[in-house]
Amino acid sequence: MTTGTLNPRLAEIVEDFTSLPGQERLQLLLEFSDDLPALPERYADRDLLEQVPECQSPLFLAVEVDDSGVVHLFFDAPPEAPTTRGFASILQAGLDGLGADEVLATPDEFTGQLGLNDLVSPLRLRGMAAMLSRIKRQVRNQRAA
Amino acid sequence: MALPYDSAAKFQDYAHPEVLVSTEWLAEHLDDPGLVVAESDEDVLLYETGHIPGAVKLDWHTELNDPDTRDYVDGQGFARLMAKKGISRDTTLVLYGDRNNWWAAYALWVTTLFGHPDVRLLDGGRAKWIAEDRPLTRDVPERIPADYPVIDRDDTQVRAFRLQVEQHLGQPMIDVRSPGEYSGQLLHMPDYPQEGAVRGGHIPGARSVPWARAAAEDGTFRERKELEGIYAGEAGLQPGDDIVVYCRIGERSSHTWFVLQHLLGYPHVRNYDGSWTEWGNSVRVPIKRGETP
Repeated sequence: MTTGTLNPRLAEIVEDFTSLPGQERLQLLLEFSDDLPALPERYADRDLLEQVPECQSPLFLAVEVDDSGVVHLFFDAPPEAPTTRGFASILQAGLDGLGADEVLATPDEFTGQLGLNDLVSPLRLRGMAAMLSRIKRQVRNQRAA
Repeated sequence: MALPYDSAAKFQDYAHPEVLVSTEWLAEHLDDPGLVVAESDEDVLLYETGHIPGAVKLDWHTELNDPDTRDYVDGQGFARLMAKKGISRDTTLVLYGDRNNWWAAYALWVTTLFGHPDVRLLDGGRAKWIAEDRPLTRDVPERIPADYPVIDRDDTQVRAFRLQVEQHLGQPMIDVRSPGEYSGQLLHMPDYPQEGAVRGGHIPGARSVPWARAAAEDGTFRERKELEGIYAGEAGLQPGDDIVVYCRIGERSSHTWFVLQHLLGYPHVRNYDGSWTEWGNSVRVPIKRGETP
């Protein structure tokens, strides 16, 4: 799989998390969860979104690569699933608006670097890894199309 | 000092009415000394988004499990955990959570291993409290640490291990997973991550009663008559039966354990927490595929 260095935005997010003591990392994740942007109107039809079944709660995502090769990400998860929303929001903040190559260069193991393993459990973090790999696959497919 | 029991009429039909409280009761007693309310959810952040005022958080994955061995915390670990949450041995502990109290029932089952004397579930859990527009807060209470004695965990009464389940073959067992997992079509819960069992199916003789059938649409437990129709009627359990329940890792089956032990009053009900992630990976244990026991 692709490995590379973290882009500056993701690196800053990792730094923000790991510089905090344990419980405050959960508060930061909650802030991300609260800040997840709502879906734009054009995605009101869920059939236009890809479901990520690896997440414990339903998560839907859409990936757009525009004509200049810039990636736009959209997520939808219910308020009862704040952890899933938090993970989606981290990816949104760290990857939305970047070029396709930069998104594809994101190391798959980055989800393990946030310092959340003991707080959230590796099983729950698997959902975020699955979101990232689905985003990358869609970017690859759309670029090839 | 134990708090008074909830005298709601619905609870009086159950075998042990003292293990449930209603949202009305909780709202009325929320500030009583001697009470600690704890929220236990599947989602590790749900408590942080807003919880019942004064409630502490109890996380199944990061607090009730031993971090290394596949087991629960020991007596020392449990005493430390309870003390930190401001719970002492004489505290009335009321648990509630998301998804029909699935994880709250799991936490209650774990406290039973340590014999906490007074532990109750909030009927309808988090969803009912919210549906009734009752207050939520993001304020995390500062609890004064309590003294909690070190009590040895007793795994003999309500917990079953794999060898005991093998000896139990031919006696009543309830598989509470989804029909697809029971038949062997699925190796994990629908919509959930794969948690790794190399064989699909169920323990021979186990009857299929998906756990959520015990809950009504609003997340409360069904009335006793309805529960009897399901477990005595359809699943054929007899009074006095020795029963083992299981699921995937023992959490959904804690909910059914609670129903059988406390609401219907079966005298000997054990939860096999190894469940399918152990049985479905074990060498040479019998497995039945398909829809029949």
